[in-house]
Amino acid sequence: MLVKKASDIRSSEITDKKHYLARREFIRAAALTTAGAAAGALGAGDAEAQSWPRVKIAGPLKESGWGKGEKPNAYEDITSYNNYYEFGTEKDEPARNAHTLKTKPWTVKIDGLVNKPADYQLEDILKPETLEDRIYRLRCVERWSMVIPWVGFPLANLLKRIEPKSNAKFVEFTTLLNQTQMPETRRGVLDWPYLEGLRLDEAMNPLTILAVGLYGEYLPNQNGAPIRLVVPWKYGFKSIKSIVRIRLTENQPMNSWQLSAPNEYGFYSNVNPERDHPRWSQARERRIGEFLMRPTVIFNGYGDQVASLYSGMDLKRYY
Amino acid sequence: MKPLVFAAALVPFALLIWRGVTGNLSADPLAEITNETGIWTLRFVAVTLAITPLRRVTGWNPIIRYRRMLGLFAFFYGTLHFLTYVVADRFASLDFPDGFVAWSTVVNLMAAIWEDVAKRPYITVGFIAFVSMMPLALTSTAGWIRRLGGRNWQRLHRLIYLTGIAAVTHYWWKVKADTLHPAIYAAIVAVLLGFRVVLAIKRNHEDTKTRRRVSVAQGV
Repeated sequence: MLVKKASDIRSSEITDKKHYLARREFIRAAALTTAGAAAGALGAGDAEAQSWPRVKIAGPLKESGWGKGEKPNAYEDITSYNNYYEFGTEKDEPARNAHTLKTKPWTVKIDGLVNKPADYQLEDILKPETLEDRIYRLRCVERWSMVIPWVGFPLANLLKRIEPKSNAKFVEFTTLLNQTQMPETRRGVLDWPYLEGLRLDEAMNPLTILAVGLYGEYLPNQNGAPIRLVVPWKYGFKSIKSIVRIRLTENQPMNSWQLSAPNEYGFYSNVNPERDHPRWSQARERRIGEFLMRPTVIFNGYGDQVASLYSGMDLKRYY
Repeated sequence: MKPLVFAAALVPFALLIWRGVTGNLSADPLAEITNETGIWTLRFVAVTLAITPLRRVTGWNPIIRYRRMLGLFAFFYGTLHFLTYVVADRFASLDFPDGFVAWSTVVNLMAAIWEDVAKRPYITVGFIAFVSMMPLALTSTAGWIRRLGGRNWQRLHRLIYLTGIAAVTHYWWKVKADTLHPAIYAAIVAVLLGFRVVLAIKRNHEDTKTRRRVSVAQGV
């Protein structure tokens, strides 16, 4: 078994202090000596003003304790550098285009192998939940990563409420598909709507959350408003945005990237430095705002919480 | 006119610096610099490849005077692109067992570049595109044309056809799912290279005709 036990990493533990300081020194030197391109750029966010409404989430948020000691990326970076292909395939396009998404009213269809299937209003999903802060690392399959202070609640809470039947083994999620609101879906870049899936035990893991906000505010549309999945030990594309359907199934569902390129993306898509993407190495990642790449950690550093889900599995085969 | 074209060709570079200074290079500036220098390399390769067809079609001969400059700008942006990759991707993902300034850094960097070029097809073709421009940039002077002789020089500089094909392939293999832009550039390069093929076939045809006419006249 290749699974290494990795504890929850703090940013200061990743690199030893000598290198950490040397890196800062290097960045400063690079900024001073190279052309202004590097100088102003390193670690700087988008200076443009935000064009989306920022609404604070009312009421006190539960302190979850997750991600204490992590330094979250800037709000500007998190909300201007997005993969949300329904609004364009360039990183800056979702922030510019997603204002057309209508998030009110919002209905989530819950069906499949559950005792309480229904079209749930978002308000009804949220009503019994206590929202909490969850600072998680997010590792994109493209080799960059961020630390994001999400606001959300455990998916397990919702799943318990809708009562999965005994033969339910998987959860399938679907993103909204609306060509008027999402003009880019008229092009067949992916087979819309965007689909994702989890094994039921992955979905029930306490780390898995449905997020409705970040930095104490409701999600901007480009980050997957009004409700999205966050699975921090898997590559970012698993954390499906703007969910309109949750379906419980007996058979393993397909996800959009798996349908698009099955040799590159699998069902599990756990962060794994030892299993290269066919076109690039996954051994390291660039934390947004840093120059030197960090070593990528198995399960994105959440091995203590999730490694047991995969005991005995060949993670290179089940990528 | 020439200084004007020169200045225009520097605009993308200037813009990149300006965006850097004002902090407008996205949350991941190194990725943005890589993408921008890459796409401008491809654009300049395409523009350079367009000179001959344009001249033939419009009969506007003076345009040939800009070909060398545009080709050298393709090499300029290609060099920036390659160096960004070397620094932001290869160097930044190294271990530094002996600190930054050490012989091992040089050795590890070379190994890291070579490993990537050998292992990743899209890097391989990108590297081919870059390396194929080197002899062209090197022999772009009047002195080298003289030394090689016009015909040999021309033959060597047909390497830019390879540059075009390799660059487009590099772009295509790099994108995750959205192949629209690579497809547009592929179409442009295909038309520009196709023009040469048509030209060559025509020339061949005319040569045969001339030869036949000569043969008839000589009574063979």
